[in-house]
Amino acid sequence: MSYNVYWEDIEVGAEITPWSRKTDFMNWNRYAAVNDEFVYIHMDDVAGRAALNEAGAFGMGNLRFAYLHNMLRDWAGDEAQIRKVGCQYRSINQKDDVLTCTGVVTDKRVEDGEHLIDLKVDVVDQDGKSTAPGEATVALPTRGE
Amino acid sequence: MATQPETLVTEEMVQRKGVFSEPRVAPPIALSDIRKWGIAVYWPETPPKLHWDEDYARTTRHGGVIAPLDFNPFAWPIDREPPTSGRATAAGAGVGTRGMNGGQTEEYYAPMKSGDVISSTTGLTEWTERQTRLGLTLFTTTETRWTNQDGELVKVKKSIGIRY
Repeated sequence: MSYNVYWEDIEVGAEITPWSRKTDFMNWNRYAAVNDEFVYIHMDDVAGRAALNEAGAFGMGNLRFAYLHNMLRDWAGDEAQIRKVGCQYRSINQKDDVLTCTGVVTDKRVEDGEHLIDLKVDVVDQDGKSTAPGEATVALPTRGE
Repeated sequence: MATQPETLVTEEMVQRKGVFSEPRVAPPIALSDIRKWGIAVYWPETPPKLHWDEDYARTTRHGGVIAPLDFNPFAWPIDREPPTSGRATAAGAGVGTRGMNGGQTEEYYAPMKSGDVISSTTGLTEWTERQTRLGLTLFTTTETRWTNQDGELVKVKKSIGIRY
């Protein structure tokens, strides 16, 4: 079993461990392969420019969504249960971007017997620009379990 | 300069609003599907054992390997759905035909495991339109509900589609 964090030890305002990836076609193509997400804007610079992105092809929003889950899982451990994740795609994931997922605890509560924390999350690029702000809720183990 | 339409909302969208589809059923989830998904989304690092090592995963509260929550068992269908107007499309050929993923919120309930058969029903629930730097832009909200073979709710997803 992997207990990384306990609900009692979490304070509102705390930053969780960030999670980073440099992204290019090696990441995008693997994601396309498992999600059957073969869309020209993610594969072809001409199609990317036709979709008004001057730099060409760009990464999938769904992959950034996956990265947010990875941050939460790696931080909270395998005994945690991720209950909700949401984000908006505000900016494009360009080739060679170094994306970093971040999270800040905004609330902690007990609901239906689950010990929950709410977080504000985001995926920021190498310039610190927010690309996918959102929110998440995670049920954490307690020291009494 | 291309002529801007007054709206990107189609009559077909109006007719479909709030109407949920008949369930679609995904092929049974295979352990290898879960492993490959984990490798892809964690690339280039090794994914957590929770997503590929049954011996380890049995020791956790989950009782076995579970899929990453963002796992999609509906990938790679034999029968392909034709594109519909409420969904994002590829590069497109003009105003209203270009699309992007605007974001999503997903609530998770029962985890997905090897052998699970997931059913999905979906409906276009609402939309808004406004001028953006991309021109006239339509934001649609589609709700999708997944259940497993035991009738347990797996997730509820609300996704935002963008057309411009």
